[in-house]
Amino acid sequence: MNAALLVIFAFLALSLYLGIRARKGKDMNLEQWTVGGRGFGTILVFLLMAGEIYTTFTFLGGSGWAYSKGGPTFYIIAYGALAYVLSYWLLPAIWRYAKEHKLVSQSDFFVSKYNSPYLGILVSLVGVAAMIPYLVLQLQGLGIIVSEASYGSISRQAAIWIGTIAVTLYVMVSGIHGSAWTAMLKDIMILFVVVFLGLYLPFHYYGGIQPMFEAVEAAMPGFLALPESGMSPSWFISTVLLTVLGFYMWPHTFGSSYSAENERVFRKNAIIMPLYSLVLLFVFFVGFAAILQVPGLKGADGDLSLLRLSIQTFDPWFVGVIGAAGLLTAIVPGSMILMAASTLLAKNVYKVFAPQASDAQISKLAKYLVPVVALISLYFTFEGGSAIVALLLMGYSLVTQLFPALLFSLMKRNVVTKHGAAAGIIAGVATVAAITLSETTVGSLFPFLPQAIQDLNVGIVALIVNVVVMVAVSLVMRSRSAIGDKNAHAA
Amino acid sequence: MKVIHVLALLPFIGILACIPLVNRVTPYVFGLPFLLFWVVMWVVLTSVIMAVVYKLDPANREEDAK
Repeated sequence: MNAALLVIFAFLALSLYLGIRARKGKDMNLEQWTVGGRGFGTILVFLLMAGEIYTTFTFLGGSGWAYSKGGPTFYIIAYGALAYVLSYWLLPAIWRYAKEHKLVSQSDFFVSKYNSPYLGILVSLVGVAAMIPYLVLQLQGLGIIVSEASYGSISRQAAIWIGTIAVTLYVMVSGIHGSAWTAMLKDIMILFVVVFLGLYLPFHYYGGIQPMFEAVEAAMPGFLALPESGMSPSWFISTVLLTVLGFYMWPHTFGSSYSAENERVFRKNAIIMPLYSLVLLFVFFVGFAAILQVPGLKGADGDLSLLRLSIQTFDPWFVGVIGAAGLLTAIVPGSMILMAASTLLAKNVYKVFAPQASDAQISKLAKYLVPVVALISLYFTFEGGSAIVALLLMGYSLVTQLFPALLFSLMKRNVVTKHGAAAGIIAGVATVAAITLSETTVGSLFPFLPQAIQDLNVGIVALIVNVVVMVAVSLVMRSRSAIGDKNAHAA
Repeated sequence: MKVIHVLALLPFIGILACIPLVNRVTPYVFGLPFLLFWVVMWVVLTSVIMAVVYKLDPANREEDAK
């Protein structure tokens, strides 16, 4: 056992301890377990929501993109800032309604607004289908981080098993309280590690930030801006917009917004979050520093750039600290996903078919589903292997399909009916699946259009299909029921 | 449209609409390539703008009174 491994295990034990201790003095009914009894203040909600930006995707993927793609990486900090602007109005509206109606999951919101338990099932299935790849992504990241940081003395597979068992345990015991406490540990660690690495590496290898960028520019001119075609400015704009819309549509993010004690928590967070998201800048610096120091990582291996460069630079104990921070970036969002997915399956799917089940039974079922969801994700983690970002993008496009129906439901006079909402979501999801599986781009669909339009994110197409179908079906159903009303009057 | 809504639109204009105009590596500002500097500047401005919005928004004053 080497020093790095010792450090990693010490932090794993600490997070398990914090996670389990978080339960103390609380009666764990479903509302306590999933939304913390709606009593979280600005700081805890901040940490839970920040858990969303500092995942393994940002840790490995952020540096990996900087390493292999350059300029297009900047979209990550762009979408965060704009999503927080949106959150200033969106989250208080969602929170207020959820509190009034005592909702605990994202699907509850759709069930209540559209008065349709079946729409709830659909939304749950879309959510779970999107969350599983997201969780797989976190687990793959966890495996990479721990096995690299332990200098290969622990296999990826073993690391993933150990991490998953720890998360499953504390989620079952403490629910969202466990996530909040481990999130605190995680954010302190990541802040320290990332800022240190992002400054130390450029200064150590290049003598500063600007000299590093100049060296990269000299070796690869134009790499630090957006290319003319492909990931061009129009790709950037459309991708940022789509991601902003999907940002709060993840069931675990949407659900964790219920945990706030009042709506001003969100408005305050909208001020701090953009600044806080700039920590990612330091993650990018690491990726850029790696370009000329550990060259030759191709494709998905770009995600290894941060770890490879760290191993080349530091003593084992510090590599262990980096590994531990990376481990935490996987298990905090992992815990929220496990909880959200189990709640959806128990409350919004099972309960619809077994309406006689009591709240206590549903609550128990949700907890027992945690290891089941964990095992399913483990299966996909070991069976399917794809580059980290591609997986996430598919999940993002899926949850984004929930946005139109949500937005319309928040309006005072909602023209969309439950049939319209369901049809729109199904059409959007089907389009996403078809596009992803056939690797279609806007350019391959419409090769005659100008390059700027060809580079648009293909998710836009799915969203347009979604809205058109949603509105059309709603109008048809409305005019039908209007005719039905007239006939009823005539009779 | 209220002032706070107009303010909230500014980050979208700065980060999205201006991107084709600022898509370049040089000049370096604060050590950052120009495109990155531009995005970072707007993220900081977004924080400032949201702080102003928070101050101006009557919704937050009502709750203070309570």
